[in-house]
Amino acid sequence: MTGINGEQRPDFAAIAQWIRRDAHVLDLGCGDGTLLKYLQQARGVTGYGVEIDDGNVLACVKNGVHVIQGDLERGLSEFVDNSFDYVVLSQTLQAMRNTERIMREMLRVGRAGIVTFPNFGYWKNRLQILRGHMPVSENLPFEWFNTPNIHLCTVADFERFCTERGINIVERTVLTGGKSVTSWPNLLGELAVYHFGG
Amino acid sequence: MTPARKLRGFFMAATKTRTQDLAHSVGNVVPQAAHFTEPLLLRCGRVLRDYELVYETYGTLNADRSNAVLVCHALNASHHVAGVYADDPDNVGWWDNMIGPGKPLDTSRYFVIGVNNLGGCHGSTGPLSVDPDTGRRWGGEFPVVTVEDWVDAQARLADQLGIAQFAAVMGGSLGAMQALAWAIRYPQRLRHSVVIACAPNLSAQNIAFNEVARQAIITDPDFNGGNYQVQGVAPKRGLRVARMVGHITYLSDDEMASKFGRQLKHGKLNYTFDTEFQIESYLRHQGNKFADYFDANTYLRITKALDYFDPAFEYDGNLTQALKSVAAGVLVISFTTDWRFSPERSREIVRALLDNRARVTYAEIDAPHGHDAFLLDDVRYHRLVAAYFERVHQEIAP
Repeated sequence: MTGINGEQRPDFAAIAQWIRRDAHVLDLGCGDGTLLKYLQQARGVTGYGVEIDDGNVLACVKNGVHVIQGDLERGLSEFVDNSFDYVVLSQTLQAMRNTERIMREMLRVGRAGIVTFPNFGYWKNRLQILRGHMPVSENLPFEWFNTPNIHLCTVADFERFCTERGINIVERTVLTGGKSVTSWPNLLGELAVYHFGG
Repeated sequence: MTPARKLRGFFMAATKTRTQDLAHSVGNVVPQAAHFTEPLLLRCGRVLRDYELVYETYGTLNADRSNAVLVCHALNASHHVAGVYADDPDNVGWWDNMIGPGKPLDTSRYFVIGVNNLGGCHGSTGPLSVDPDTGRRWGGEFPVVTVEDWVDAQARLADQLGIAQFAAVMGGSLGAMQALAWAIRYPQRLRHSVVIACAPNLSAQNIAFNEVARQAIITDPDFNGGNYQVQGVAPKRGLRVARMVGHITYLSDDEMASKFGRQLKHGKLNYTFDTEFQIESYLRHQGNKFADYFDANTYLRITKALDYFDPAFEYDGNLTQALKSVAAGVLVISFTTDWRFSPERSREIVRALLDNRARVTYAEIDAPHGHDAFLLDDVRYHRLVAAYFERVHQEIAP
């Protein structure tokens, strides 16, 4: 959906570190299939991508990724309960209308979920707001008037959301420039990667 | 002269004359016939002791015989899938926009086979053929055939051509049902199944349309229990109505509105039962054309094959169980405005394949043309099929 196509994204390595070899993976909003292709090669995983855009579906086929064309907003009715080891939603959560529903659906069809999203609390974003403008950056490449990102949040927001709904966060990695950030993640982290559920 | 050659004149009327892109056409093709003497047990319990299948091939079978693709036809089509005939250059194959050099199913890479199914009227053994036991034409006595029977007969053709495993079996609509049945019945004999505008079975509404078509034929006074040929007649009125009903269902409401709307045939209303609206004229034209070249007994049997197709039936309606044997990669494609075989029905197939962790890919093409879309040019659709066959090519490349 909002994936940056082609180049391997910094969150991919972070996602891959949590994924067992030969696992069965569902990648929601899989874009051109780069992540699944990477996981297939690096981790020997099997699985599917879900994607709405015609161009991305075509790119997935070219990338040798099994893609199911569909709209995540309609839920994951194609998939039965507990049919995947991991359900991944990378850089798409912020573009979903119904955030809670997709999180619940991820935990219904998968034993664990992995989400990545741009941390709106990152200091550079805060600075742009202080200067009076909506942030535009590598991770938030859209202008306010053409962005698909309707539910942007911070690391602190996401963790509160999970706590309030009893969603168990297993692990967290916060990245800036592809490198892990350990202190002040809500301020210094550009990209958040969460492993939640089982 | 083979029966196929004799019938070609009839078939000519069935295909739309398209502008031939010569560089991307397989060019002149010649139908061939394969004879089978090993009896074929049909689902209905009857046995075809001796039969013939008419087929065409395009491209070249490679040394390890791994590049063959079988293309299955739908209701009214035939083995003439691509190219033209030397003595009949307007008779273009029914899927010529899909198949040829440089086309989505590229004949410079693949060896493509089109076959006329059993019970057909384009040369393969069917109601027009002579029953070897009686020495008379089969007519209404020809057995009821099913998708599975067709697939079994196609498998024997593959044996005869020395093809142990197809790179892919492909079809749209009823042809897609055959591609799916192949993946279920002969899991090791195909690498991929390309299932376009399909359904796991017909809905009650679909069966209803077929029954209207059949009743139109059967109640035609010229039908004579299916043995009309010996009396030198044909139930053309019935066949015409059957085709008209069919045509209504192949187009979407929007497509019909934009193509015809309420346009008048004569520019003014005449308050008679002659054609007033363009849509009436179109349907009559399609009906007449069809009744002139298609055999009513074949039409009855093909609609029956559609009605009976239901792989989940033997599994208490459990499609996941029915598709358990599938080992092929499956490409499922549907079209948003197809109300006869809607995307929802394709998604049922996809869901069952996902349950089985099959290698399935699904695309839903936003096209305005309804069920007919699978035969038409659509750049997104054709690019997707091309990309899929590119992957298959990489897979089979030595």
